[in-house]
Amino acid sequence: MSKKQCVVDPAYLFFEAVREPAFITGSQAVAEAVKRANVDMAIAYPITPQSESMHLVGELYDKGFIKDYYRGENEFAVMAAVHGASLGGGRVFTATSGPGTLRAMEMFPVWAGSRQPIVCAFMCRGVSLPPSIQPENIEMGMLLDTGMLMFHAENAQDFFDMILQAYAIAEQPDVHLPAGVFADGFFVTHTREKVMLPSEEAILPCYDPSRAPVPPLDMETPPIRTVRDPLLNKSNFISYAANASWHQEVLAASERARKYINKYMNGLLEVENPAARIFLAASGTAVSQCREAVRDLQDEGTDVGLIKVKSIRPFPAEELAAATNSADLIVVPEFNAGGWLAREIKACLEHNSRVVAGPRVFGGMTMPKELIISEVKRALSRKIAGRI
Amino acid sequence: MNKKIYIRMSGLGGQGVVTAAHILGTAATRDGKESTVNPFFGAEKRLAPTESYVRISPERIYEKGEVLFPNIIMIFHPDVITLGKCYTMPFFAGLQPGGKVLINADTPLELNGDDLEELAQLNAQIFYIPATRIASEIGGTELSTNMAMLGGLMGIADLVSYEALTESLQERFSGGKFVASGTTAALDDILKSKYEKVAQLVEKNKEVIEKAAAAVKRYDFNSQAEGGREINSVCCG
Repeated sequence: MSKKQCVVDPAYLFFEAVREPAFITGSQAVAEAVKRANVDMAIAYPITPQSESMHLVGELYDKGFIKDYYRGENEFAVMAAVHGASLGGGRVFTATSGPGTLRAMEMFPVWAGSRQPIVCAFMCRGVSLPPSIQPENIEMGMLLDTGMLMFHAENAQDFFDMILQAYAIAEQPDVHLPAGVFADGFFVTHTREKVMLPSEEAILPCYDPSRAPVPPLDMETPPIRTVRDPLLNKSNFISYAANASWHQEVLAASERARKYINKYMNGLLEVENPAARIFLAASGTAVSQCREAVRDLQDEGTDVGLIKVKSIRPFPAEELAAATNSADLIVVPEFNAGGWLAREIKACLEHNSRVVAGPRVFGGMTMPKELIISEVKRALSRKIAGRI
Repeated sequence: MNKKIYIRMSGLGGQGVVTAAHILGTAATRDGKESTVNPFFGAEKRLAPTESYVRISPERIYEKGEVLFPNIIMIFHPDVITLGKCYTMPFFAGLQPGGKVLINADTPLELNGDDLEELAQLNAQIFYIPATRIASEIGGTELSTNMAMLGGLMGIADLVSYEALTESLQERFSGGKFVASGTTAALDDILKSKYEKVAQLVEKNKEVIEKAAAAVKRYDFNSQAEGGREINSVCCG
């Protein structure tokens, strides 16, 4: 927080504050969010396409917007270090991409298990092998059950808004979980587009560790019993029950986040043209590609709706079921080979043969609207032939 | 301009392909149009294939990533075509009917017969410009090749105003706000060291743009078909 900045109500910052347009990249949008997030400490480790954003966050430290910043030894060290800073009661920020995410993997369930509201941006990219620095979001599929909240940004505007909203949601005492804000690398990080920004003088209230459901650690008098005598060292009913109930509490905390996601993010999903019988359902950049496809399909006279899934964890199962109640077809385009979003959607809908998993693009290429349109048309002809 | 124009710029790392796209996209937004700009490259290194994409439209643009179906293709270096230093093969893949190709070369390249036939069928317009030569002679450095290419673009298409382009150029090189990768920042420093003041850099590059706009020549398909390689008709825009 710099001297000129003043604290405002989060809802005011998100929805009411006057905004001005800026023609910036997604990486710059991340720094603009951190500038307004009242962050205590940020720790960086470079990896494309994330490097630029944490470099810019370093410049924020230089200008006095952040109290502490350094470059860690590697991604695992960074994720462990932000965990330590968070345990000590600070608001922290970091970011990584693809292989960096996987290298640090062990720390994500640790963040959730120790109930720390760490906000991390993930600029999704290919994971080896074969190596690729280009966009795809398979790493999200690998993080679905780490216990952290997961939000997927469509564009630089979302990336800016969701990072700020993530703090407001994650730090609620009845939530208090880590939040990952995901964007497809390059498509968002390196694309320059118009982003509406509120004044940099208005910032989030500071993090109040005294409201946390787990007390911050005082490193002068470390809680040795907790740290040195973990549940895994005991083989008895009490330790198993404690372990299981702790996991249940993490899941329950994630469920309790729903009301705050509704409040601060205007819902876990967005539906356009709700009366349609055919839907495209997507998250991240795939939503933008779908918007172009919808525009063309509508022009041709095919009535298509769009479902943008913003929150991946918690997942909007009930909202999706309601939105697709009378839909005949739900096509799910994705930027990954695994098709994790289609799996998630299929798992929460009745008559899930209506869900068409695809098209999928991976390896770094874009997803042309023509590919989505041809998938919709193919699915429609199969439906007419009675095969869906 | 009442429709979407999608531009693909192909060149080599260090030629300013990404910077050219940035300046053009910024100019388009200054003119009140919608624009998005994005680059495509591998691990950063000089002379590796680099592309950038500019979308300009009167209405909101959603789609991201590489432009697969461009209206205009700008080739910053002959190697893009002759050595295939390109993310798309052939270099004009996806070019829309009636589309334009602007190539930086002193003399027309010897394109193979199949390519020429396909380009002719597309009713494509091919333009040549000695952008590197103009950059060296007028701007005093090859690093202005990208500005000469933008000048060439101004000569063949009505996309942005000269005022907006100049303001955008000024903003890119004189504002403290610009964010560049390490290698781009290093090239910026080299470029700035060629001039005493940033104002001089902007003035010289304005001149490069204006001279380049007038130096574009349209390629006549018939001339190569008849065995000749002379450019015989000057661009009419």
